[in-house]
Amino acid sequence: MSFLQNKIEKIDQYLSDHPKVKFILPQALLLVFIFSIIGYFSFNASSNLSARGIDTGFGFLKNKASFDIQFSMIEFDSSMSYARAYLVGLLNTILVSAIGILFATLLGFFFGILRLSSNPLASGLATVYIETLRNISLLLQIFFWYFTVLRLLPSAENSIVLFDFVYANIKGIYIPKFVWTNLNYFLYGLIFTFICIYFFNKYANNLRERTGKQLPKFSISLGLLILIPFLIINIFGVGLEFSYPKLDIQMGIANYIGGVSIIPELIALAFALSLYTSTFIAENVRAGILGIDKGQKEAAASIGLTNTQVLRLIVIPQALRIIIPPTTNQYLNLTKNSSLAAAIAYPDIVLVFAGTALMQTGRAIEIVTITMLTYLSLSICISMFMNWYNNKVTLTER
Amino acid sequence: MKNLIKTICSISVFAFILASCGDGGKKASTVDATKKQGFVKCGVSQGLPGFSNADESGKWTGIDVDVCRAVAAAVLGDANKVKYTPLSAKERFTALQAGEIDVLSRNTTWTLERDAAIGLTFVGVNFYDGQGFMVRKKTGIKSVNDFKDGVKVCTNTGTTTELNMADFFKSKGVKYEPVVFEKADEVVQAYDSGRCDTYTTDKSGLAAQRTKLTKPDDHVVLPETISKEPLGPVVRQGDAKWEDVVRWSLNVWIEAEEYGVNSGNIDAMKDSKNPAIQRIVGAEGTKNGEALGLDQEWSYRIIKQIGNYGESYKKNIADTGILPDRGPNNLWTKGGILYVPPVR
Repeated sequence: MSFLQNKIEKIDQYLSDHPKVKFILPQALLLVFIFSIIGYFSFNASSNLSARGIDTGFGFLKNKASFDIQFSMIEFDSSMSYARAYLVGLLNTILVSAIGILFATLLGFFFGILRLSSNPLASGLATVYIETLRNISLLLQIFFWYFTVLRLLPSAENSIVLFDFVYANIKGIYIPKFVWTNLNYFLYGLIFTFICIYFFNKYANNLRERTGKQLPKFSISLGLLILIPFLIINIFGVGLEFSYPKLDIQMGIANYIGGVSIIPELIALAFALSLYTSTFIAENVRAGILGIDKGQKEAAASIGLTNTQVLRLIVIPQALRIIIPPTTNQYLNLTKNSSLAAAIAYPDIVLVFAGTALMQTGRAIEIVTITMLTYLSLSICISMFMNWYNNKVTLTER
Repeated sequence: MKNLIKTICSISVFAFILASCGDGGKKASTVDATKKQGFVKCGVSQGLPGFSNADESGKWTGIDVDVCRAVAAAVLGDANKVKYTPLSAKERFTALQAGEIDVLSRNTTWTLERDAAIGLTFVGVNFYDGQGFMVRKKTGIKSVNDFKDGVKVCTNTGTTTELNMADFFKSKGVKYEPVVFEKADEVVQAYDSGRCDTYTTDKSGLAAQRTKLTKPDDHVVLPETISKEPLGPVVRQGDAKWEDVVRWSLNVWIEAEEYGVNSGNIDAMKDSKNPAIQRIVGAEGTKNGEALGLDQEWSYRIIKQIGNYGESYKKNIADTGILPDRGPNNLWTKGGILYVPPVR
C-alpha cells in the first residue's frame, strides 16, 4: 500500500513541476475515455447486429423505395430511391416549420403588444389567448384541429366556397394555381427593382446626412416597386393565368382537380404549431418591451420624434435584443415539435423516413441516426441565422 | 490531483461494468430463458378483433393470441402464462430483435425481405389473407378497376399494404393519394369521416374494422384481392430450438383439427389406435416431445387448453362475424390450403 502511496506522490510531484501537463492531462484522458465509450458502443452494436443476421450499412438509400407519399414538393413516386423519399420528408418538415415560424412570429408580436395595451378588453383577450394555448399539450392541440375542427368540414360535393375560387372540404383546401408565361423575366425584373430601391434608399440617406433634406423614401420606393414590374410585364409579355380547381365526380367519388390542394394534415399541424409557439413568443415580446426603460421613450419624445419614430427607432431595436435569444429557442422548439406530424399522417421526415422507410428496410440504427443528425443540422442552421441576426441588432458601443 | 486519479479509477471500473453488461446479450436458448422467467413474451397487435384483441378486463383473445398460448402450454404447461406486449406495425420487428418479446404473433406478412434481411425467421402461417379495398356503397364502385385519378386511400404505415397499393395503382396507371396513419383506429376514423374515398388493408382486417364504423352497412369490401398475405408467427433468427418449439406448436394445433382431435374429445382420443392421433395426444412411446426438448404431453396440453385450429377459428373469427366463411383457411382436405408438415 505504501508502495502505491509512494507512486501517487511521485506522480503528484511530477505534475506540480509541469503545470502544462497538469493542465492538459485530465482533458486528454477524458477525451480518450469518451471516444473509447463511443467506440465500444458502436463495436458492440455492429457485432451484435451481425451476430443476429441483421443487414447494416447505408447502401439501402440507393434502393427503390416502392411506396408513395401523399404530399411532396418535388416529384416523387414509388420507383424512386429511399434517398429521394428522405428529401421529400425533409422538405415537408422544412415547409411546415417555415410556415409555423412565420405565423408564430406574426401572432406572437401581435398578442405580445396587445397584452400591453391600456384597453382592458384587448389586454384581457391577449391574456386569455396566451394562457389557454400555452398550457395545453401540443399533441392535444394538433388532435383538436385535425380530428375535431377540420373533420367538421363538409364532403367534397358540398364544399364551402370562399370568394368563388377557394374550396374547403374534408379532403383539403383547394386554391387556384398560378400559371405563368415568361415568369423568368418577371423574376429578373423583381430582382432589378429591389436593387434600384436599395440604391435609391442609400442615395436618400446620403442626401439627408449631407443637406438635411428629407425625401419621401417610402412613397418613391413603393412607386418603383409598382412601376418597374408593370413596365416589364408589358414589354416582355409576362402573362399570369389561374388554373381553378374543378369538381370532378367519377364513379361516385368527388374530388377537386387542378389548382393547388393543401392537405388538411398540413393545415392542422401548421395551425397548432403556430398558435402554440406564438404564445411563448408573445411573452418574449412583452418582456422585451417592458425591459426598455421608460426614460428612453421620454428622451426620444423630448427631442421631437413622433410616436411611430419612437417605437421604430428607439423601442423596437432595443427590445429586439431582449426578444431574439429566447425567440430563437422557440423557433428551435417549433421545428423539433413538427415531428409530431407523424400522429396525423402529415408526411414529414419522421413519418416518411423514420416511419415507413425504417419499417420497410429494418435499418433502425442507420435511419434513426440520419434523422437525428437532420434535426441537429436544421436546429444549428436556425440558431446560426438567429445568432447572426442577434449580432446585427445588439447594441454597438461607440 | 489525488481526486483526479480516484475519479479516473472509478470511471474505469464503471466502464468495465458497462462493458460486461453488454455481453449479457449472448444468453442461453430462449426455451430455457422462458422456463426460468415462467412466461412467454408475446408481441401482439394494439387491437384487431379476431386476431389479437383485449377485452375490458384486459384478457387477450384471438387466433394470433392462441399461437402464443399454445407455446406457453407446450413449454410451461399453462396456456395463461403469457405476457402480451401490444405493438404498432412500426415497432414490432425492433421489439423482437431487441429481445423485448420472444414470439411475434401479430398478423405479420411473411416476405423475403423480412425473413432474410432483418434477422428474423417466420415459422409458419396461421392465417392466409390478401389485401382488399373497402368503399362506401353509395359510390356505386363495384371493382378495384373503377378507381380513377385523385382517389384518396387511407391505410396503416409500416405495412406491406403500403407497398402493395403502390404496385397496384402503378400497374393500373391511376394517380392516388396515400394517407397513412400509425394507428389502425386513426385510419378507421379518417375513412369514416370522409377524409378518404377507400380504406385498404388485409381483407380480414377490413372485415374486422368495418364493425367499428358508425354505419357498417353503408360500406362494402370489394371482391378483388390484390396481394398474397400469409400471416404467421415470427421469432429471432439463430435460436433453432425455440424456432422448432414455436413451429411445431403451430403445426400440431392445425394437425389436430385434421385428425378430429379437439379439446372436448382429447381425453377419449388417448385410447385411439391411430398412430397419428397417438402422437398428437402424446401417448406412451411417442418421441415428439423429447425431440423438441419438451415433455411428452406438450401437444396434449395445447389441444386440451386451447383447442385445435378449427375451434380457435370458429370462436374468434367465424362466430364474431368477421369472416364466417373459412375460404383458404380451411384444411387442405376440405378445399382450403391449410396444409402442415406431419407431426411425427
